[in-house]
Amino acid sequence: MNTVRVLVGTRKGAFVLTSDGKRERWDINGPHFGGWEIYHVKGSPADPDRLYCSQSSGWAGQVIQRSNDGGKTWAPVGNQFAYDGVTGTHQWYDGTPHPWEFKRVWHLEPSLTDPDTVYAGVEDAALFRSTDGGQNWQELPGLRDHGSGPHWQPGAGGMCLHTIILDPDNPQRIYIAISAAGAFRTDDAGQTWQPINHGLYSKYIPNPTAEVGHCVHHVAMHPSRPGVLFMQKHWDVMRSGDAGESWQKISGNLPVDFGFPIDIHAHEPDTIYVVPIKSDAEHYPPEGKLRVYRSRTGGNEWEPLTQGLPQSDCYVNVLRDAMSVDSLDACGVYFGTTGGQVYCSADAGDHWDPIVRDLPAVLSVEVQTLP
Amino acid sequence: MIRVALPAHLRILAGAGGEVQLDVAGEITQRTVLDALEARYPALRGTIRDQVTKQRRPFVRFFACEQDLSHELLDAPLPAAVASGAEPFLIIGAIAGGCRLRYTVQPGNSMSATGA
Repeated sequence: MNTVRVLVGTRKGAFVLTSDGKRERWDINGPHFGGWEIYHVKGSPADPDRLYCSQSSGWAGQVIQRSNDGGKTWAPVGNQFAYDGVTGTHQWYDGTPHPWEFKRVWHLEPSLTDPDTVYAGVEDAALFRSTDGGQNWQELPGLRDHGSGPHWQPGAGGMCLHTIILDPDNPQRIYIAISAAGAFRTDDAGQTWQPINHGLYSKYIPNPTAEVGHCVHHVAMHPSRPGVLFMQKHWDVMRSGDAGESWQKISGNLPVDFGFPIDIHAHEPDTIYVVPIKSDAEHYPPEGKLRVYRSRTGGNEWEPLTQGLPQSDCYVNVLRDAMSVDSLDACGVYFGTTGGQVYCSADAGDHWDPIVRDLPAVLSVEVQTLP
Repeated sequence: MIRVALPAHLRILAGAGGEVQLDVAGEITQRTVLDALEARYPALRGTIRDQVTKQRRPFVRFFACEQDLSHELLDAPLPAAVASGAEPFLIIGAIAGGCRLRYTVQPGNSMSATGA
């Protein structure tokens, strides 16, 4: 029988949750790196026991941890993230120029084929790569040098590169997203990049349809259809059918289209999930009801999923990297909340159960489906 | 033998049980002590000071002999009691450290900042 391993990053450590394919009984292992902020933990598709973990604190800065045994043991690897060349400035919150400063790693994306190659999305926004298992990191400076960098600005959480998507059909193609700059794509393995934000409309920037400046919260792609992207923006849920060249709004009948995570069913590339929250100022579910919304039509038509989720007095949030799916036949969907709950649905969202209720605030959730 | 006390998070990261004792060659300064500390515990590189500029991280403080040495020059001699091993060199997480300013853009584009 398959095993499911859920990698959870929290404000105060990492946790590894494991179950068999029934997903009914769970072993909770952790906290690893107790007291540290764990922005992201992710396993290598090429070697599932190879895990990478971003560990940071306001006092001691950035540490990268690596496990070669599925999270049983860990060892720190390289943590020097030096921008390439002269960094220049981006916009500060008030529009003044502000120098690029490394703060932390938000997202780690292991290569689809090589366990020793891993990408890191960092704040202030840049993309780094290691080809030696995380010992050494080199920036892919073509992104920051794209030319629009002086117009990028931080979102409320910082100017973070939070999404990295590797195209399984084309190793030259990578998508990334930055808050608040927008989405970008390279078709030459990271040497050059183009913004892919046509169709986005953001009323909080001077030109709502500008080439850059959009606060993209998360982007998802189904591996069977790498040219189709789904985006949860600051406001608006969007779809692109042409690798980001253009975007169409698919918020449809959502009660509100502000939120952070977005993910896709493992076997149904038009079944997508979002967790709406009330507004940019009120980061909690409308009416105190925690509802995942599912569309089986690639957007526009959404249904609330509530079975097993609190439907009164619930004021948690689900952050952008805190939702994931497994690839079992009955697709499992998982998400973690800022209240420390990690929920699992073993039936594609119809019913939910908490795996664990009282972790520190959850920053990220990744799922591995193991043979 | 130089004695160095680490904050709990770094003690765990380094795998150091308690107070660290270091052999430090030459003059005893912040630089030579931290060089020796990082050589013995490579996991600490970048967590106390920048790996390139060697600047102390903003929320890390250095105390010894009831003095705040955080703003002393890197190559200034440390107190004789530290050099002799009578007193430890204390690496401290600032009591208000770890706080991130969070900015919220309000309607009308005014901005507020709160600690989190």
